[in-house]
Amino acid sequence: MRPLKLPRLKLSGGTSLWIGGGLVALAIAVAIAAPLIARTDPVMDANLMNAEIPPGLDFPFGTDAQGRDIYSRIVYGARISLTVGVVSQILNSLIGVTLGLTAGYWGGWWDDVVTGLTNLMLAIPSLIFALAIMAILGPGLVSLVIALGLTAWSYSCRVARAQVLSLKGQGYIQAARILGYGDLRIMFTQILPNILGPLIVIATLGMGGAILSEAALSFLGLGIRPPFPSWGSMLSEARDQITTAPWLSVFPGLAIFFTVLGLNLMGDGLRDILDPQSTTRRT
Amino acid sequence: MTAPLLKVDDLHIALSTESATYNAVEKVSFEIGRGEAFGLVGESGCGKSITALSVMGLLRRPLSLGGGKIVLDGEEIQDASAAEWRRLRGKRIAMIFQEPMTALNPLSPVGRQIAEMFVLHQGAGWTEAMDRAEDALRQVQVPSPERRIRDFPHQLSGGMRQRVMIAIALACGPELLIADEPTTALDVTVQAEIIDLMAALCAAKGTAILMISHDLGLVANMCRRVAVMYAGRIVEQQAADAIFAAPRHPYTQGLINSLPRLGERSRRGRQRLQEISGVVPSIAGYPSGCRFNPRCAAVTEVCREVSPEITPLPADGLVRCHHHG
Amino acid sequence: MALVFLLFSVLPGSFISGMGEDGRTTIDPAVMERMRKEMGLDDPLPQRFAQYLMHTVTGDLGKSFRTREPVTTLIGQRVWPSLKLVFAAMSFAILVGVTLGFLAALRPGSLVDTVSMVFAISGLSLSQFWFGLMLMYLFALKLQWLPSFGYGDGGLTHLILPAIALGVGPMALLARTTRAAVLDVLNADFVRTARSKGMSERRVVTWHVLRNALVLVVTIVGLQFGSLMGAAVVVEKLFAWPGVGSLLVDSVFQRDMPAVQGCILMIVLFFLAINTLVDIAYVVIDPRIRYGR
Repeated sequence: MRPLKLPRLKLSGGTSLWIGGGLVALAIAVAIAAPLIARTDPVMDANLMNAEIPPGLDFPFGTDAQGRDIYSRIVYGARISLTVGVVSQILNSLIGVTLGLTAGYWGGWWDDVVTGLTNLMLAIPSLIFALAIMAILGPGLVSLVIALGLTAWSYSCRVARAQVLSLKGQGYIQAARILGYGDLRIMFTQILPNILGPLIVIATLGMGGAILSEAALSFLGLGIRPPFPSWGSMLSEARDQITTAPWLSVFPGLAIFFTVLGLNLMGDGLRDILDPQSTTRRT
Repeated sequence: MTAPLLKVDDLHIALSTESATYNAVEKVSFEIGRGEAFGLVGESGCGKSITALSVMGLLRRPLSLGGGKIVLDGEEIQDASAAEWRRLRGKRIAMIFQEPMTALNPLSPVGRQIAEMFVLHQGAGWTEAMDRAEDALRQVQVPSPERRIRDFPHQLSGGMRQRVMIAIALACGPELLIADEPTTALDVTVQAEIIDLMAALCAAKGTAILMISHDLGLVANMCRRVAVMYAGRIVEQQAADAIFAAPRHPYTQGLINSLPRLGERSRRGRQRLQEISGVVPSIAGYPSGCRFNPRCAAVTEVCREVSPEITPLPADGLVRCHHHG
Repeated sequence: MALVFLLFSVLPGSFISGMGEDGRTTIDPAVMERMRKEMGLDDPLPQRFAQYLMHTVTGDLGKSFRTREPVTTLIGQRVWPSLKLVFAAMSFAILVGVTLGFLAALRPGSLVDTVSMVFAISGLSLSQFWFGLMLMYLFALKLQWLPSFGYGDGGLTHLILPAIALGVGPMALLARTTRAAVLDVLNADFVRTARSKGMSERRVVTWHVLRNALVLVVTIVGLQFGSLMGAAVVVEKLFAWPGVGSLLVDSVFQRDMPAVQGCILMIVLFFLAINTLVDIAYVVIDPRIRYGR
């Protein structure tokens, strides 16, 4: 009989996490190091003489109709897209978790209100809602972040609430109450740390979704407006040039793809580790 | 002695994990005669359930047959092909499981699930099969069977569901019925009914029973011979009366002593329930030598070093112990 | 459900008031003043809301700012193309996704499984419209196999590319969920019972496993319709598909509020209808709900 060895991280969970994490780290690194690794200023360096040059030595990803270097724009675009993704997701999580925590903990009419609101939000496709909000607020980075942040919180709310409900009866919560801890304190110092697992998973996956939504909205012209290089707005500019300059569409899309893929893989990997009862586990 | 119906010879079942392969069951051998009721007793995790599954060929990853022979009526079946297993299962060997709620398809009426047996194995048409299903329900003493055949599993009580399972298992008149803890999930009052029902039906049809349980008392009442398993091995096997009257293996003795007893002992004053100290070892941490040695009151040096072999006992019994009682 | 509906019609109602203020159009004030009077923007909010409700129920969704046609007409023309697109995309997603997930679950850990799941997670990570763009480029422009945009005569060829682009996301999710659901069921007790009865593996799988896994799949399909409609908006714009989605986008750009309201209303209605259908489907599939204790 061989002695029991500690099982190493399952291949699927482990691999996903590493590959995903790697991709995400790459994206972040690119975003942070943008001024260092970009070759030109993404907005200002527009030389019409260089318009629409296919990818080559001088311009690794080619240039666009205004003669701007796509490579540099993508690199800088990372900043914008990632920022939008992160900030809006933070907003989402804050709203969702707070609402979910309080709803689950306090119950009663507040719970009913929150649940009703969550169901309402789930009933409306979030993109459309965001669209509507953008319609009121007008285009731009700030409104984009607000719109995205306000529309995608339902999922984390639901999960947070469910987790709270399952933990509410636990001994240490009762103990805290008896000791006189205030409600808010219990929620944030006792319960929250214990439910972080699934919430982190949702946040990671949510960031991917946010980036995709940003791309969609910018593509429609409602998000980041040109000349700022968000990956989505680059795609909207590229659309008309598809026949003459196809590379304009390929690279921003690939950038989005790999970043979101990284986030999704990371989210999956994290889920295998942090949220073992999830029904969409890989094995 | 006439040839046994089922003969299990030196069975090994392996458990493969990513890190290592373990022998979940080792050197298990027993025989069941035609129409005989045979009991297999042990605590959870001792390997009795997977032994049963292997007789049906139902072992799945990560479990697999590591060696040994399973002989049904003279034929070796451990290497049967999928098609051959299909002919055996349900028709010649049938099994009922512990949890009747989850063991029945929740989306299908129970009548249909019974009728399926007739359609599968006897080529009956569905209408005829449903009629026979109604008969089957009657045989297992379900009231108003003509209405029950259309019910879904969740509409029935636990006892009724188990009766349905029995009906399914015995539908095609198998030669051997394997019952894996059939009453453990049921109310105490219902348990006795179910056991009696099983015993009666099998006696009437001449079906042998392999009764698996952790309850030594239950098994000894129902079965003619009993085998006791511990940590993947059979440690004792005797006729039911003998095993109660004169248990040879310290583990069996411990099991019997721990049975709560009404009557004279308790009249002498409150008696603590006797227990066997220690816990069942996990598969990966089987002790060397005799696997029971950490918990045995009569342990000696040789027990820790050398794994005991089988010692035959009179009347076709056996025990695996250096000191046999 | 009714609550959702009600709450949601309030939202567009408030758009009108918001719009009135920051219209930022180039219409000169006199015209704007006239329009305001015409549309009753000066009336107090509750009255406007009641009027709006009344109008809606009678099918009058107001006139588009831009074209001055009744919104109802505008939307009416576009409902059918949108429906076609959404259903085509969903059919594609279900056919491919469920099949892939199913096959992957039957051989876990195999090549089929890994490839399918990689495929699935990629599908979830792409921008649907970027994918659509790439598809357009490859199949329409380079290979000239399919038309690149527009509705055409309403035939199948025009539908293929947009449907695939739209359906790839739900397909990926369905593949993953089906796989998980089937795996769960495969390990369930009653499947073991079925095997012990002597059923062939094939029969076990098709009859028992599939039906039970379907329950979960139906849930996901229902949920997916929502996000599908969101994405449909973008895909419609990309492929110049004359559906409700592209109307919505155009209207938003032009601040054409009645049209925006109408579109959103339409979409929400559709969504509610789908949800109801899913609920009905549940009752049919799962007897536990029908005869639940």
